[in-house]
Amino acid sequence: MNLLSDPVGVSHYLVVGAILFTTGVVCMVVKRNALGVLMGIELVLNGANVNFVAFGSPVLRGEQASILGLDGQAMALFVILLAAAEAAVALAITLNFYNNHATVDVDRADDLKG
Amino acid sequence: MIGTLFGVSSLLAATSGGINWHSFFFLLFALLACGLAVAVVLADNVVRMAFYLVLSLGATAGLFFLAGAEFVGAMQLMIYVGGTLVLLIFGVMLTAQEPFVAIKTPARDKVLAGIVGGGLLAVLLQAAFTGPAWSEAPADMAERTLGQVTQPSATPLGMALVGVRVDGDVASGERSPADGNVRSGYLLPFEIVSVHLLVVLVGAAYLARTKRRKAVAIARDESTTGGVR
Amino acid sequence: MAEYLIQTVGLPEWLAWSLMAGLSAVLILNLMAGGALVFIWAERKVSARIQDRLGPTRTGGSFGWLQSLADGIKLLAKEDLMPAGADGMLFRVAPYVSFCASFAAFIGLPFAFDMVGLRLNVGVFYVVAVLGLEVFGVILAGYASASKWSLFGAMREAAQVVSYEVPLGMCIVVPVMLAGTMDLVTIGEKQAGWFTNWYVFHDPFTFVIFWVYVTCAVASVNRAPFDLAEAESELVAGFHTEYSGLRWSFFFMAEYSSMFLVSGLAAVLFLGGWNGPIPVASLLGLSDGTGDTTGVLVRLVGLGNLLGKATLGVLIMMWIRWTLPRLRIDQVMTTCLKYCTPIAAVMFAGAMTWLWVFPGGVLDIDTGSRRPGEIREGWLDGPGGRGAAAVSTPSSVPNNAAVAEVAE
Repeated sequence: MNLLSDPVGVSHYLVVGAILFTTGVVCMVVKRNALGVLMGIELVLNGANVNFVAFGSPVLRGEQASILGLDGQAMALFVILLAAAEAAVALAITLNFYNNHATVDVDRADDLKG
Repeated sequence: MIGTLFGVSSLLAATSGGINWHSFFFLLFALLACGLAVAVVLADNVVRMAFYLVLSLGATAGLFFLAGAEFVGAMQLMIYVGGTLVLLIFGVMLTAQEPFVAIKTPARDKVLAGIVGGGLLAVLLQAAFTGPAWSEAPADMAERTLGQVTQPSATPLGMALVGVRVDGDVASGERSPADGNVRSGYLLPFEIVSVHLLVVLVGAAYLARTKRRKAVAIARDESTTGGVR
Repeated sequence: MAEYLIQTVGLPEWLAWSLMAGLSAVLILNLMAGGALVFIWAERKVSARIQDRLGPTRTGGSFGWLQSLADGIKLLAKEDLMPAGADGMLFRVAPYVSFCASFAAFIGLPFAFDMVGLRLNVGVFYVVAVLGLEVFGVILAGYASASKWSLFGAMREAAQVVSYEVPLGMCIVVPVMLAGTMDLVTIGEKQAGWFTNWYVFHDPFTFVIFWVYVTCAVASVNRAPFDLAEAESELVAGFHTEYSGLRWSFFFMAEYSSMFLVSGLAAVLFLGGWNGPIPVASLLGLSDGTGDTTGVLVRLVGLGNLLGKATLGVLIMMWIRWTLPRLRIDQVMTTCLKYCTPIAAVMFAGAMTWLWVFPGGVLDIDTGSRRPGEIREGWLDGPGGRGAAAVSTPSSVPNNAAVAEVAE
């Protein structure tokens, strides 16, 4: 299989989506900085977006794309919008946390621990 | 080294047979997106993480353009890269004091996350290659990717958002020419998202505002009442 | 052009496409670099004249033509410094991020009918989105310099550019709404004919919103009076305090090319794009088809028109810079949030109402040039349906059927 001369199919996009998703999950798990966790979430959402766009793409799927029609792209749009909203709120929470606790380490957010 | 050799040899092979530019740019953007996403995980410095994330999301926008979703790609650039990440960097800069720029993760967590992530990746990749219809490109792809067929991507999406579907509309009973289905528009989700964004705007402004002003006001109140007394 | 190479010269397909892509890239890159040289010289001369000086007079003849070249050589020869506490990788990469963003935005900007790096059907959206990425390099530079001045400049820049994207977007939506498409080529082509067809003269609301656009464009490319990010009277040099030599000149080139870009965008969106004020070509009955020589000539004149309009825009920005004092940061924010945004919103609603009341426009003096019906997107009639024939054929003979269809 020659990647440079063979045409690209949906599978290629799914692989990219899978890698983005996995790195996002790992990022969310590994990072202790609240903003790093936020970046992990962005990566996860983006991986999902890649899949949505690939399944709805007329270029990649030809006539088969009509099964999903515009839904793939519209879903991707909504995901982007909600990600923006989520980022704004999460950032506000992080700043608030920083103002109160003078740190952005999520492991230190344990005030309610018994 | 072997990877480089393989890359060069496959490049030469492709050159002799003619490079498929669509595949080439897909490969370029895909490698950029994935490599930089991995770099986000590996980086310790939070500002560098943000920088890698920007480039990764930008490369993903390139992938969207290649898939014919130009509007979504431009949206990704505008909102994600231009808006969200500038916001994120803003947050990073507000909280970036020496001890927090690089918070180290224990090695045990890293190993654990690596195992979990590897398992997840294996499952996802297995799923990606099981659908036989997914690995084949459509027959007329060559002419679609040469830029000859530019399908308008913005206007049908805009119409769908205000409730009219060009690919089979449920309201007018018009069936899709491709598969004879009817589909509903996105007017209600669109409205919900709009209101949601407004709520988020107000909520974020409320959450992030400093409490200092209130404290100062209270202090001033006390001082004035103290003065009256 | 690539088709010409494939069919006539007989090159293999992939080679022809890559040659053409390389040629476009080289042309745009040279436009940016050469434009920056010319504009830096012009800035020196304009500022000198405004301040009652002469400006450069010696290097390369009596007008100092070669002054910016000499500057360039000086910058190349300068030592490349990096502060000790700087984040090396980000510090090095930041100027290129800025530069690449403004370069990438040029891909979507049409220079004449069909003379465009890549004709996107979301052209204007793409250009604005990519132009917004330029701020990224500035923020990175400010952070990575490990200097208080730079960090302040970057913070101001981030706040300012993100805020100004709101009214800027609203201003851009108006021509998009009038044209019914985001394709810059179609938007420009719809303003063909006499200058009364230009969108700035479409109705009073668009006339006002054009000036709002000018304000926001100046602010979004960080020019005085909105150059808070590099306010030299308070922040030394703002975000590029620590930069020197070639990297600094990359920031400079990015700034000048984005000035040119927003001016070009203004020209395409509001000022008729590559169409001159008087439709000479269609009055003389010259054909503007793709294949013949007159078509190419008409296109080259159009290219001159667009470059002229964009250069005029850049000169006006210089005039503004050397005339008005710099605003304070709170005044910048006030201008954006309390003036530009509400005015743009009201004008947007007004233009929408106008379009609804006078669907054909009131000043639409038709001269027999290309009609909107011929260049309208045809997808509305379904794939391959009725309208498909009316799409994107800039034929010199008006397609009566298409015009009639639009008139319905």
